[in-house]
Amino acid sequence: MTTTKLRHQDLPTTQDTTVLAELVGASKQYGQGAATVRAVCGLDLQVRSGELLAILGPNGAGKSTAIGMLTGLTTPSSGMARLFGRDPRDLRARRRLGAMLQASGVPDTLRVRELLAGFRAYYPDPLPIAQVISAAGLEGLEDRMFGELSGGQQRRVLFGITLAGDPDLLMFDEPTTGLDAESRRGLWTTLRELARSGRGVVLTTHYLEEADALADRIVVIDRGVAIAEGTPAEIKARVPGRRVRAQTTVSVTEADRWPGVTRASREGPWLDLLVVSAEPALRALLHLDPRAADVTVTEPSLEEAFLTLTSDMEAAS
Amino acid sequence: MTTRTATPTTTSEAAPRVSQRRIYVTEARHEFLKLIRIPIFAVSTIALPVMFYLLFGVAFGGSEGGGVGATTYMLATYGTFGVIGAALFGFGVSVAVERGQGWMRLKRVSPMPPQAYFVGKVAMSTTVSALIIGLLFVLGASVGAVRLPATEWMSLGLVLLLGALPFSAMGLAFGYLVGPNSAPAMLNLIYLPMAFASGLWIPIHQLPTFVQGIAPALPPYHFAQLALSTIGAAESGSWALHVVVLLAFTAFFLAVAAWGFRRDEGRTYG
Repeated sequence: MTTTKLRHQDLPTTQDTTVLAELVGASKQYGQGAATVRAVCGLDLQVRSGELLAILGPNGAGKSTAIGMLTGLTTPSSGMARLFGRDPRDLRARRRLGAMLQASGVPDTLRVRELLAGFRAYYPDPLPIAQVISAAGLEGLEDRMFGELSGGQQRRVLFGITLAGDPDLLMFDEPTTGLDAESRRGLWTTLRELARSGRGVVLTTHYLEEADALADRIVVIDRGVAIAEGTPAEIKARVPGRRVRAQTTVSVTEADRWPGVTRASREGPWLDLLVVSAEPALRALLHLDPRAADVTVTEPSLEEAFLTLTSDMEAAS
Repeated sequence: MTTRTATPTTTSEAAPRVSQRRIYVTEARHEFLKLIRIPIFAVSTIALPVMFYLLFGVAFGGSEGGGVGATTYMLATYGTFGVIGAALFGFGVSVAVERGQGWMRLKRVSPMPPQAYFVGKVAMSTTVSALIIGLLFVLGASVGAVRLPATEWMSLGLVLLLGALPFSAMGLAFGYLVGPNSAPAMLNLIYLPMAFASGLWIPIHQLPTFVQGIAPALPPYHFAQLALSTIGAAESGSWALHVVVLLAFTAFFLAVAAWGFRRDEGRTYG
C-alpha cells in the first residue's frame, strides 16, 4: 500500500492546525438500572489536521465507543461530539470523513469494483477509482467478489472504501489487529503518509508499541476515562517499560526506593518490579543481593502498564 | 502553531455536488446483484413460484376456480405467492444478515443518505417481483393457455407489484427482530403455512372450513383476493376492505421496523 499519489491541496500546509473532530465531556452508557455499562465517561478529545492521534487502551476500554461517537454511529448519553463543526450524523460532515471499523461484514457477492464505486458515489469529489485501487493495493482484484478474497485482501478493500471519498479525516478502529508483521508495517507507512499529506488520522490500538511508532499524540483511555495524554515520549516516560522478576531477599520497601521503579510487589521468594527501564533496577538488585537468582526481564502487558497509570491518578486525586 | 476550530462550510460553494440519482441507481443495482448472485435466494424466490405454478396450475389444472380456468386463477395466486416471497426474503433476510455483519454500520458512517438503503431494497424487491410476474405471465399465456383482455393483464400485474408493499414492511420488521442465522428458517415457518392458509396454493374454497375461517386474519389472503378481483375471480368482501386491511398491516410492520431500527442504534461496546 502506498499513498504517494495522494496529494491533498484543500488543506493548509502551513503551521496552523484545524480541529477536525472533537468530543467534549462525552459520556456513553448502555442499558439501564443495575445493568448499566459505562463505556465512556466524560471524555475530552480533539483531532487536528495533519496529526496522527492514537487512542490507546486495553480491550473494553471504550475506544470503539469513542470512535462511534466521533463518527455519529453512537450518540453520546451526555456531552457533545462534533465533526467538522457539525453534528457527526450530518451528511455534510460525513462527506469529509473516511472510517474503517472493526468487523464490517461486506456482502460476499459484490465485486471489489462495485463496492468501491458504491462508496465513491456518496462523495462530491471522490478519488479516481484507479487511484483508490493502487493506493489500497487492489490491482488485479477489481473483478473478484469480496467473498473470494483472503482476509488480508478484504482488509485492503475496507481500506480502499475508507479512502474512496478523499476524506480530510480518517479513522481506523484497530486497523492492525490480526495483520502479520509485514502488512502491519506497510499500513504504518501508509497511515504516516496520510497524516503528512495534511489529513487528520485517528487510530485505536491496544499496542503501546504501535502508538509509539506512529502517533504524534496519544490519548490513553481505560475503563472509559482518559488517564493520560501526550506525545509518545511523554507517555512512555510515565508507563513502565519493563518488568523485572527475580528470586531475592531484597524487600519491597527497599526496591521501591530504586530509580524508575513504578511498582514493587512480592510473591513468596519472587520480587516483582515494574520499571521504566531495566538496567538501573538490575544494577541496584545485583549490588544489594549478588545471589539473586532466576532474573527475568520482560515487557509488561498494556494492562499492567495501565494499572500503574490508573493508580497514579487515584493517588493524585 | 495556532489552533482553530473547523467551521462548517456552506454548501453553496462551487464545490462539486453529489449526484443523488447516481447514488440511488448504484444502490439499487448493487442491492439486486448482491442477492441475485446468491443461488439459494434466486432459486427459492424465483424458481419456486414458477415451478409451483407449472405443477399445480398447468399440469394439475383443468378444474374451474371462481368462475375462471385453473391456470388463470392460479396465475393470480402464485403471482401473489412469488411477490410475497421476494418481499419477505429480499428484505427480511438481507436486513437480518447485514445487521449481524455490521455492513449497516459501515454504510451509516459513510455519507449515504439513510433512505438510499431502503430505496435500494424497494427497487431490488420490485425488480425481482417484476421478474417473477413476467415469467408467470409468459408461462400462463403460453403453456397455460390463459386468455385475458389486455386491461386485465395490466391491472393484475400492477396489483401484484403494489402488493409487495405490506410484505416488504413485514420482511423489514422481521429483519430487525430476528438474528441473521435464524432469519431464513423463521421466515419460511411463517411464509409457507401462511401462503397455504390464505389459499395461494390451493384455491381458498377448496380448503377445509376452519382454514377458510382463519384466512381473513392473514395479510396474504387480502392480497390474493385483490389480485383475483382484477380477473373477476374474488371470493367475497369489497376490494376497499382488502386495501384497508393491507395498509393497516403495512403501518403496523413499519412501526415495528422503526422500533427495531432505533433499538439497534449504538449497539457496540469496547
